[in-house]
Order: sequence, then structure tokens, then C-alpha cells
Amino acid sequence: MSTPLLSQGTPPVVRKKISDPLPVRILLIGLTLLFFIGFVFLPLGLVFAQAFQKGWDFYLEAIREPYTIEAVKLTLTTVAIVVPLNAFFGVTAAWAITKFSFPGKAALKTLLDLPFAVSPVIAGLIFVLLLGSRTPFGSWLGEQGIKIIFSTPGIIIATLFVTFPFVARELIPLMEAQGRDEEEAALTLGAKGWQIFGKITLPNIRWGLLYGMILCSARAIGEFGAVSVVSGHIRGQTNTIPLHVEILYSEYNFTASFAVASLLVFLALTTVIVKAVMENRFQKNSSQH
Amino acid sequence: MGIELQNITKKFTDYTALDNISLNIASGELIALLGPSGCGKTTLLRIIAGLESADSGKIILEGKDTTNLPPREKNVGFVFQHYALFRRLNVYENVAFGLKVLPRSKRPSKSEIKDRVEHLLKLVQMEWALKRYPSQLSGGQRQRVALARALAVNPRVLLLDEPFSALDAKVRQELRRWLRKLHDEIHVTSIFVTHDQEEALELADRIVVINKGKIEQQGTPQEVYDHPANAFVYNFLGNVNVFHGRVHEGMVTLGGHSVDAPDELKNSAEKTSQTFVRPHEIGISKIRSEGNDLEGTIREIRLLGGQIGLNIECEGFDQPIDAEIPRELYLNLQLKKGDRVFVTFNKVKVFACDYEI
Ligand SMILES: Nc1ncnc2c1ncn2[C@@H]1O[C@H](COP(=O)(O)OP(=O)(O)OP(=O)(O)O)[C@@H](O)[C@H]1O
Ligand SMILES: [Mg+2]
Repeated sequence: MSTPLLSQGTPPVVRKKISDPLPVRILLIGLTLLFFIGFVFLPLGLVFAQAFQKGWDFYLEAIREPYTIEAVKLTLTTVAIVVPLNAFFGVTAAWAITKFSFPGKAALKTLLDLPFAVSPVIAGLIFVLLLGSRTPFGSWLGEQGIKIIFSTPGIIIATLFVTFPFVARELIPLMEAQGRDEEEAALTLGAKGWQIFGKITLPNIRWGLLYGMILCSARAIGEFGAVSVVSGHIRGQTNTIPLHVEILYSEYNFTASFAVASLLVFLALTTVIVKAVMENRFQKNSSQH
Repeated sequence: MGIELQNITKKFTDYTALDNISLNIASGELIALLGPSGCGKTTLLRIIAGLESADSGKIILEGKDTTNLPPREKNVGFVFQHYALFRRLNVYENVAFGLKVLPRSKRPSKSEIKDRVEHLLKLVQMEWALKRYPSQLSGGQRQRVALARALAVNPRVLLLDEPFSALDAKVRQELRRWLRKLHDEIHVTSIFVTHDQEEALELADRIVVINKGKIEQQGTPQEVYDHPANAFVYNFLGNVNVFHGRVHEGMVTLGGHSVDAPDELKNSAEKTSQTFVRPHEIGISKIRSEGNDLEGTIREIRLLGGQIGLNIECEGFDQPIDAEIPRELYLNLQLKKGDRVFVTFNKVKVFACDYEI
């Protein structure tokens, strides 16, 4: 008698879990953990250990020191200016690239990555060569009483350059996937350009936009190379937090240096946490539609 | 006149998507634009709506030349192939969109908007779904909301781009009938794009068949179906047997028999031709009688809903013939695979062979 394949009497097929053998798994997980401990947890722990080496009072004093406060202010100012501007540029660039076709579009899309590809030091040097007081344009600006290099505008411009791609990178794939359908529907319903942007496009990209802005903030806070070249390291005036950490360190003021560095770690952790929360929302939101 | 298209031509780089299209549609008419995939249907609708510009030609809507108007001023309702509902807005907001973006001077009051949206949603039988988001609706429901959204702004004309193509056959048929009924109520001049001939035949006041950017034929469904203008239309409107043959002395030979060739072929010398016979225009019997001495063997029997499909191999034909007969006849004749039967062609149409399909 032949048994039909799908008769009820046959025992259920036991599916063997498809995965790597146990030793391989243990090895891979172990290596990852080791790497994490060695390169992330340990150094971060050391930062705090050093920062609190001389106790709470010293820590607070190092942070309350006027130059430190100026550095924090400068960094936050930079972020406050750079992030909205780059959000605007990023949306514009992503909009142009995804919704229109024009000659040079592919080249523009490739060039968007340039700030990531170029070493930050070179990015800084470009602006020194372009706007420094020895260049014609820079000296003309100087005559007008505008100083860019070795002052706050230079820092902002260098940071703008370095963090430019974040928002656009985030938005382009998103907007490409969404296509132009909804915008065209809105157009046939009589909406004007700004109404379409405000009511349709922006709500559709808001999570991606916020996500890009967070990445942009994180980088703007931490940027060292490009800012270092254009800043001139004037204490209390053109020192951002990372630069201030560097200076304190090179003066062998280790504890103060690490105390200020711990501020950066806090800021970084905050952005990472916000990013994780957003990622969660973002995924939920895009899988829903 | 509802819609007047004059000599519309559109090229994409070197590809001619629309080739000198002229078409008149009366006010309140519902016409079906029927053609195979890639023949330019969507392109034509997009040009009428202003989402794409024609290289040449004129578009006149309700007597007004709208050729160069931007889409927002055309006042055309567009129902897209893939719904294109606003995913972040709920059903109510979707339908209200066109009213809410009106300039303040023309914008109805909040309560008027509410009344209108509710009225439209009732019309499309979606009033229960006000608060839902597009992702929470089925395809058919989404398409009905899209239709309500397009109607909200009182469009001069309504353009529907294969609105039901993504739905299953049953839902499609239901929506088709429902749309026809709706159109009888609201009478807005409409173009309905489809590549489904059944849909076009059932729904439209008039059918326009296009192929490769050109209009092949237009007329009522009856006219187009009964008197196809050429081989393409014949072939496109339903299943058909195609036999290739030669015209000789005004006659076309068909498996050892001769059929009268059409006039335009008669006078020419020998020429290749195509002969068309629809499966349901073939008679089957078990007894030889005059005029049906074509003999064949049943190779296959298929159940096609109410009809029975027969695949018959006939002597003198290089390909088997598809026939469709009523179920009753099939039962009466007690047909089986391998039976010998006699075949009559009740209606034959011959075209010159200048077509590849
Ligand atoms: N933006 C474009 N650029 C280049 N070619 C295009 C463009 N849009 C359409 N075409 C071409 O024009 C032709 C007509 O396209 P269209 O979308 O109008 O076809 P359709 O009849 O709507 O087909 P379907 O039934 O598949 O939707 C196609 O061959 C297509 O490849
Ligand atoms: Mg199409």
C-alpha cells in the first residue's frame, strides 16, 4: 500500500534549524564581543575614569571653566546653524535629483559623496586657500571687515561642507522609492508647489529627514580635522569642544581634557540613543505603508 | 464637445509614443481607450492632464484651449493606475485635498467641504472609512477613494488610467458595473484607459482602439466588435483563429475550401492574406451536411465557464482550430476526445497580410 504524501497519519516533518555549527557561532560572537570591549567599552570607560580621577569637584571645575563654556557654546552654535542649513540643502538636492531630470544629474549624485571621500584636513585647507586673508577674495572680505578664516564663519563653513551629504544621502533613496505619483496627483487636484511640498512631500520624508539631521548633528559636534585647519585655535573664541580637548591634552592637563571629552561622549551617546529611537519609528512607519 | 484632441504627437527621444492623434469626445460621454501595453495610452492621458507636454497638437476641453495650461489650471480629474493616494492622509483628508488647496476666495467653508466629502464618499460607498489610511484599505477600496478624490474638484473631464488593472477579475467586474452606473448618474466626460477588451466592451459608450501610438478604429462597442476595421482590431478584440493563406483569382483558399476575398484584395494579383474566425462563430456537428464538409478530430476539451472550448485538428490546416460551443450542444453531441466532427465557419473575415501582431 502506498502512503499518500499528505495524509494526516504521517508525522509532521521536523525542520532542522539551518544555522552554523555551535563552535563557529561561539567563535564569531566571542570575537565580536572582544572587539567591542577592547575598542568601545574600555576606551569609553577610561575617558570617564580619567575625567573623575581627581574627583567630582575637579571635574565640575574643569567643565565650568570659562574657556570650556565658550567651546561648548561655539559647538552648539555651529550645530544650530549647520544642521538647519544642511537640512535645507539636503532636501533641495534630493528633490532636484529625484523629481527632475536634467543634464549632469548623475554627476551631481556622485559628487554628493565628495565631502565623505575627501580627508577633512583637505576640506579645511580648501577653504583656507579660498577665503584666507592672503587670497584676493579673502583680503577683499577683510577690507569689508569680514573675517571668515580663523573665526566662527570659517568653522561653520567647514562644518557645513563636511556634513553636507548626510541629509541628501538619507533622502534620495527614500524619495526615489516613493516616486512622483503623489505629487502628480496633488498637481492635478490644483495644489501649488509649496502646498504640495508642505502637505505631501514633507510628511512623506519627515522621518528620513530627522534621521539625516541627527547624523548631521553628531558629525557637526565631533568634527575635528576640517575645523582644526580653519579655526586658528584661539581660546575662548574659535575653539570648539574637540579642539579644546586637544589643547588641554597637549598641555598635559589630562584630567581636564578628559572631563571635557566626557561631554563629547555624552553628546554622542545622546545622538546614538535618539537615532536608535528614530530608526525604530522610521522602520515601523515605512513598513506600515 | 467635451474633449477635442487635434493632431497630438509625442516623441520620447527617438520613439514615437503618439502619432498624430485626433479624437472628439462628446460632453458626458464615457469612452474607453483600448490598446496593448506600451501603445501610448498613459502618455495620452498625461498629456490631456498636462503632466506631460505634447510635441505638437491641441487639447480643447469643454470648448477651452488648454494646450498650454499647467496641470493645476486644467481642472482634470485623474485616477492613476496605481492609486497614488496620499499615504500620510486619511481617507477624508485625501478626498478633501483638492478643496482645501483652493485659494481662500474660492475655497468652500469647512462645513461645506465636510458635506461634499461625505457626499462623495457615500457615492463611492466608502463613507464608513473616513478615518482610515490608504494602507488600511484593499485595492478596490483605494481606487474608489481615488475616484472620489478626483471628483471632489468638479473636474471638467475625468481620466481613468487602467483603474482596475491591479484587481482580481471578480472585483474588477463589480467595479466596472458600478462605475458605469455612477457615470450614468453624474455624467462627467470620461476617458477610461484599459487593455482589457471585455472591460471596454461592457463599460463604454464608445471604444477607441489604439496601437503603436495610432488610432486604429473608433465606434460603439457593437460596431467595433462586429465590424473590426482591420486585422489588428479583430485580433485584439477577443480570441480568434488566424489562418494564413493566399488570394488567388478573388478567392482565398482555406484548407481545401475557398472563401470570397474582400474587394480591396480581389483586384490585385496573388497576395498573402490573413483569415480570421472567432471560436464562437464556428459550428460543430457529427453529421456531414452541405457546406460543412470540413472534417477534424477533437484533440482537447476545455471547460470555459458556460462554454466548452474544443481544440480540433482539421485536414488541410497547418494548425489546430479553437472552437467554442454552448454547454448544451456539447452534452447533446456527447463529444469526447478523439471524436471525428464536421466544422462550419459561420463568419469569416479576410484581411490583407500587411500586419504583424
Ligand atoms: N518618460 C518616458 N521616456 C521614454 N519613453 C517613454 C516614457 N514614457 C513612456 N515611454 C514609452 O512610450 C510608450 C507608451 O507608454 P505608455 O506608458 O503611454 O504606454 P501604455 O499604453 O500606458 O502601456 P500600459 O498598458 O503598459 O500602461 C512606451 O513604449 C514607453 O516605453
Ligand atoms: Mg499605462
